[in-house]
Amino acid sequence: MSANGHTELLTMQPFRQLTAIAVPLDRANVDTDQIIPKQFLKNVLRSGLGKGLFFDWRYLPDGDPNPEFVLNRPEYRGAGILLARENFGCGSSREHAPWALKDFGIQALIAPSFADIFYNNCLQNGMLPISLPGAEVDRLFQVVSAAPGTQLSINLEKQHVSTPHGETFAFELDAYQKQCLLEGWDSIALTLRHEDEIAAFEARG
Amino acid sequence: MGKTLFRKIWDRHRVHEEPGKPVLLYIDLHLIHEVTSPQAFEALRKAGRRVRRPERTYATMDHNVPTDPRPIKIQDANSARQIEVLAANCKAFGIQLFDLDSPHQGIVHVIGPELGLTQPGMTIVCGDSHTATHGALGALAFGIGTSEVEHVLATQCLWQRQPKTMQIRVDGQLPAGVSAKDLILYVIGQIGVSGATGCVIEYAGDTIRALSMEERMTVCNMSIEAGGRAGMIAPDQVTFLLLRGRPHAPLGAAFERAVRDWETLASDPDAEFDQRVAFRAGEIAPQVSWGTNPGMVTSISERVPDPATIQDSVARRSTELALQYMDLRPGMRLQGLAIDRVFIGSCTNSRLSDLEIAARYVAGHKVAAGVRAMVVPGSRQVKAEAEKRGLDKIFREAGFEWRESGCSMCLGMNPDILQPGERCASTSNRNFEGRQGRLGRTHLVSPAMAAAAAIAGHFVDVREWPH
Ligand code: SF4
Repeated sequence: MSANGHTELLTMQPFRQLTAIAVPLDRANVDTDQIIPKQFLKNVLRSGLGKGLFFDWRYLPDGDPNPEFVLNRPEYRGAGILLARENFGCGSSREHAPWALKDFGIQALIAPSFADIFYNNCLQNGMLPISLPGAEVDRLFQVVSAAPGTQLSINLEKQHVSTPHGETFAFELDAYQKQCLLEGWDSIALTLRHEDEIAAFEARG
Repeated sequence: MGKTLFRKIWDRHRVHEEPGKPVLLYIDLHLIHEVTSPQAFEALRKAGRRVRRPERTYATMDHNVPTDPRPIKIQDANSARQIEVLAANCKAFGIQLFDLDSPHQGIVHVIGPELGLTQPGMTIVCGDSHTATHGALGALAFGIGTSEVEHVLATQCLWQRQPKTMQIRVDGQLPAGVSAKDLILYVIGQIGVSGATGCVIEYAGDTIRALSMEERMTVCNMSIEAGGRAGMIAPDQVTFLLLRGRPHAPLGAAFERAVRDWETLASDPDAEFDQRVAFRAGEIAPQVSWGTNPGMVTSISERVPDPATIQDSVARRSTELALQYMDLRPGMRLQGLAIDRVFIGSCTNSRLSDLEIAARYVAGHKVAAGVRAMVVPGSRQVKAEAEKRGLDKIFREAGFEWRESGCSMCLGMNPDILQPGERCASTSNRNFEGRQGRLGRTHLVSPAMAAAAAIAGHFVDVREWPH
């Protein structure tokens, strides 16, 4: 890493645009215990967690893939966008959840709402969680379920999601977080630029 | 206009801010454990960064530790590795660790207040969603992910958008047999599992004021189960009494000075909240969760819902799936439902008073045939204190297992897990699918309800139970 200028801040892969298959997971309140069950938290690394993603839903008790679980359907192979229902990612703070999704290939999520810690953890990993009104998420579920394998396009700069038929849905995102994603900034490096202020705060005690 | 408790603490910790950006917030206390910290240390090393204030971080081992008698050799190689890595990281970076041999080891949210590390007015974070527990002492405490653990280690700060505030008021007297656990389960049942998303909750009202410190921790602990960022209660004499004389609390004149400051933290009478809800304590009955999230809960005297009567299709489907997973019939009663296992423990209900209450229901009885019941004290100190009072004898004589401290069957990362299809009365905080073991069925209840269920072999209404 270079020590000068802005390059020291660039550690995350920037996120700008994404066109990818969207896989619909039609359940509300999906918790992080489902996204990545406990046995996969016994790792000291953050890589290779994709195999544990939705483990209890993806595999039958005998270890075979569950053919009924949507992520196992061949039409959705290679999906990069997860379409979900309200309060996605509730429960534990485990960052293993976004790590597992990312390792599996998911780079963006669309849902009516997300749990706070999960939402934040996604952003920390260069992943984009998009909140859209319930009716618009319903519409995307229709589009994607009617033609499994449909690709959706996300433009972060313009802040919209579009379908192949040209339907477009605008989303909101905190301006600062948008910039961090677009630039791929490392937030620790950003903070260390304020070291004097941190030291002054500590001195005030 | 007056300020809320939250706002007072927030304002005291702002290090840097500019328009349009989150605030750089100073963190007073950072707690870490073996599961969510290894990747943070690894990243620190890779970037060649140091821990800015090692004396503000404390570590314990709790999530994956077996609860067999100590000293133990951990059989599971991955768990053993996480324990070793935490010890090595603490040593390398100069962080104080309460390891398995320490008399202070325990669940991170139990030992913080117990050691006086948790104090009013502090900002506290931990890579664990139940960090809100510490808010019971009037601190701003919230869970973070591993990237943020790394951020706090490196900078002692975090970028935070100012959250919204929500006041949850409860007034009146809790009926006999109804506990703090029932209160918070009831509230979550009312506002839903995302009812407080984006909010810091302040619990207020005379019911809350009348709770003991440990009961307040039970309430704040489950804030995340309503989606809350944090949960807090204004510090008062109950708080100060708890802290006086604790190993890490200020001493002598410094303590008195601290109390004078802490007394100023309570929300001003004219402070405004973004949202307010209010409940009557008298309307709360003992609660039992019937579904697969903590909002799927009902009182012991009522029936589980019937999906056929639910209009919204997403909610109907959730209810159907939950009943199916839990193997329950629509509209049935939970009273009388047979159980296989009982777990008394977790950062929600593993403190001394929880064990005392449970023991009252257990004393002189035997665990029902076919039921396996265990008590897992929240910390080694809780365990020692309970043993001093003879609680271990009461539990053991009744047929309970009396174990070493840790998270245990709250999340089943250690060998304490449910077998597929087993039904458990649990004093923990999450009834997610597979939380306590794949295909296991968890019903969240209070310590009294769990103890009585262990004896009866099925759920009973503790209000009608002789003890
Ligand atoms: S007891 Fe359960 S909820 Fe509490 S910290 Fe441990 S695993 Fe998390």
